[in-house]
Amino acid sequence: MMNHEVQQDYQDAQLHVPHDDMETLVLDEPSNGQSISGHLHSQSVSTLDNPLNLSPSSLTPNQSPKSPFNSFLDPPSYAEAIFTSFDSSSNGHDNPDLSSRSNPSNSEYLYISVSDPLKEQELTNSLVPGGNTFYTYLITTRTNFPEYGDPGSEFSVRRRFRDVVTLSDRLSESYRGYFIPIRPDKNTVESQVMQKQEFVEQRRLALEKYLRKLAAHPVIRTSEELRVFLEVQGKLPLAKSTDVASRMLDGAVKLPRQLFGGEAVGSVDVSEVAQPAKGGRDLLRIFKELKQSVAIDWAGTKPLVVEEDKEFLEKKDKLAEFEQQLSGVSQQAESLVKSQQDMGETMGELGLAFVKLTKFETEEAIFESQRVRAADLRNVATAAVKSSRLYRELNTQTIKHLDKLHEYLGTMLAIDNAFSDRSSSLLTVQTLSSELVSLNSRIGKLEAASSKIFGGDKSRLQKIEELKESIRVTENAKSCADREYERIKENNRSELERIEQERHNDFMSMLRGFVYNQAGYAENMAAVWEKLAEETSAYSRDMS
Amino acid sequence: MNPTNASLPGSMQSPRSQSSQPFLSVSVTDPVKLGTGVQAYISYRVITQTNFPDYQGPEKIVIRRYSDFVWLHDRLFEKYKGIFIPPLPEKSAVEKFRFSAEFIEMRRQALDIFINRIASHHELQQSEDLRTFLQADEEAMERFRVQESGIFKKKPSDLMQIFKDVQSKVSDVVLGKEKPVEESTPEYEKMKHYIFELENHLAEAQKHAYRLVKRHRELGQSLSDFGKAVKLLGDCEGNALGKAFSELGAKSETLSIKLQKEAYLILMNFEEPLKDYVRAVQSIKATIAERANAFRRQCELAETMKLKEINLDKLTLTRSDKVAEAQYEYNELKVESEQAAKTFETIVRLMNEEMVRFQEQKTKDMGIAFHEFAKGQARLANGIADAWRSLIPKLEACSSS
Repeated sequence: MMNHEVQQDYQDAQLHVPHDDMETLVLDEPSNGQSISGHLHSQSVSTLDNPLNLSPSSLTPNQSPKSPFNSFLDPPSYAEAIFTSFDSSSNGHDNPDLSSRSNPSNSEYLYISVSDPLKEQELTNSLVPGGNTFYTYLITTRTNFPEYGDPGSEFSVRRRFRDVVTLSDRLSESYRGYFIPIRPDKNTVESQVMQKQEFVEQRRLALEKYLRKLAAHPVIRTSEELRVFLEVQGKLPLAKSTDVASRMLDGAVKLPRQLFGGEAVGSVDVSEVAQPAKGGRDLLRIFKELKQSVAIDWAGTKPLVVEEDKEFLEKKDKLAEFEQQLSGVSQQAESLVKSQQDMGETMGELGLAFVKLTKFETEEAIFESQRVRAADLRNVATAAVKSSRLYRELNTQTIKHLDKLHEYLGTMLAIDNAFSDRSSSLLTVQTLSSELVSLNSRIGKLEAASSKIFGGDKSRLQKIEELKESIRVTENAKSCADREYERIKENNRSELERIEQERHNDFMSMLRGFVYNQAGYAENMAAVWEKLAEETSAYSRDMS
Repeated sequence: MNPTNASLPGSMQSPRSQSSQPFLSVSVTDPVKLGTGVQAYISYRVITQTNFPDYQGPEKIVIRRYSDFVWLHDRLFEKYKGIFIPPLPEKSAVEKFRFSAEFIEMRRQALDIFINRIASHHELQQSEDLRTFLQADEEAMERFRVQESGIFKKKPSDLMQIFKDVQSKVSDVVLGKEKPVEESTPEYEKMKHYIFELENHLAEAQKHAYRLVKRHRELGQSLSDFGKAVKLLGDCEGNALGKAFSELGAKSETLSIKLQKEAYLILMNFEEPLKDYVRAVQSIKATIAERANAFRRQCELAETMKLKEINLDKLTLTRSDKVAEAQYEYNELKVESEQAAKTFETIVRLMNEEMVRFQEQKTKDMGIAFHEFAKGQARLANGIADAWRSLIPKLEACSSS
């Protein structure tokens, strides 16, 4: 009933321990040359794939600590299990799903791998000897993108985690509205608790995953920021601060074309409008936008510009619910994996206990009935150990597939960010709108007041001129903000469409993978136990 | 024990109604909770079917409780030294567990096995105490049980340990020896070593078997929770993908039930037999202690006899008027000494026979347990495989849409 072909699809070659490996489990034979009972002998002959019986080299009584099967029976820690599943996709090539999905013309590729963590010293002039140490990672890229020099070649740079944070921050600013993959965490609990080695390895993997996700995103993979990160040797030439003005002054980086929307804008002020308000330079703006949002939220003032797209709002709600349920499933998936692992462990320990019993009874045997029992014990031990291994393999696969759930939780986060890009840019538009309204009304009041004075009111007229200048600037800013808002809305929409299809495919393949593995491994386990049932069929209650 | 009458009175048909064959078959059934509060206990129906002449045949039903079984066990242990008395299930200390359905069933099963082992042992089955246990009415049984409860409240092996210590100290002082007297033939040493080691190995196996039961329950719980969460996710999805999720969730919940069932079966058919095996080994240890006591008694009496003999000779030579008395004492002692020697020899003989029986019995018992375990696991695995396989066409249908 088991479809062997299909099963192979879902078992990576690296991860699937072939059945022959299990057979290196060795059990001791009695070394005293006593004639083995007919029962025992016939068993050893009939089980062809079972070289458990005779291994003259391993007759030492106290073999347990060194015996080969112990290495099989050491269960992996949960963390280890995660790494194993990643290993299958980290051999220098992208997960085929990712790269084929994101480029319709399969001729363009961007392969990234992260390796070789090295400890380095921060060159400070501080008086404290030793200074700060940090780790750098070798980022190797192979691509034929035209933007990269020397297409088809392979090149590497060294980056530290801080550089990745910078890259991530820059991308968030340049690609507002897009579902930008979330970068790995800065300070995790693990960094405190884990061994340095383990932590560095975990980080390396996380970085690799992150960069590959970036490379898989159809828009971000073409970004200048990414190219600079991957290609430029030496110090990463991306600015850390979000100061748009100084970046322009630096001239080190070309500002993304999208920002300008084709229209020539000279004033720094206006381009800043396209960025969310932050940093010391923008206190006034922050204050205004805060006032605006308070007016909307608390005072119930109806904003002049509203989120109108009903479809979008519906999708947003649906996604929020999806995220909640997904989080629930992800949690239960973790505990399912833990239970499977525990089962495998306990089954292995049971097998080990039976191996010891087998050895004991074999060595101490005086009666024939003991020898018979020793043979039975050995069969049980074999079955238990095999079953234990199957559980562990199954778990590795399960983790691999259910990991998709965790990945999508990350995607939900990216979506959240993209949606807040949208709402913050909307807030900017709203703020500027009400600015304009209040400016106009002030002009109106001043004009009314000054018209009552014959010959005009010099100071008031001057004030009116100033206000009119403000309006002009503000209108410019508002049209920039409008364009930005529309752009982000469009990004949201196209991303949602992209995600929709991907999500369907990803989850279907996850479900299929999960189910096929559960079925396949269950069948293997059934075979193991059926064999034992047959070996013990003489004791069947019906026959006694 | 051949019955004189060829046919059985009444309409009772027994499975082995070839009435020339003597048989004694017992079943322990129908646990019922009686009494209230701290005094509450479980009573069992004990049904005896037999054609033994001394029994009120062909069928007799009595009500017994756990302490009645303990009484029987202790009496047999006292009377049949050298024989491995079948072990009893433990007294449960934990209050809330005492009346759980699982515990009650486990105990019932163990008591049933206990009484049947006694009934099928060629010597034990002839015991008067067994007859009392199986036949006496409830008030009589209670009287028997209560009157013995004083000295026998302690486990025989504990008692023997106390005797051992006291005796050895006294006799050491008397005989001027440092070390206690112990039997040591290589074969017996080997047997003792085997028994003690065996207990350790078995206890470990049983521990892991018990954990395996827990693991099945935990996995069942995880699958159930997972299934529920997946179903919720499916509900909020709505489309074909949502349907796929819902199906997966439902299947998970189904499998959870299978796992809980299997956990129970493993407990009853695999873990319990292992535990029973451990108890049997402990019973053998108690017999080993008995044998040691018998051996010591024999040695002490032999030594004392020697002294008395020397004394007697002395008195005879000096023509003391205490000669008669001494002679009398000596003769008494001789009888006792011979008895002690015989007791010891019987124990040795019985133990050897019992060991053979024990090994054979255990191979059979464990063979059955292994077989049931294997069948259960195979059934579970096949059930799991079938459940998931049945989902595949549905998944394929969903993904193509």
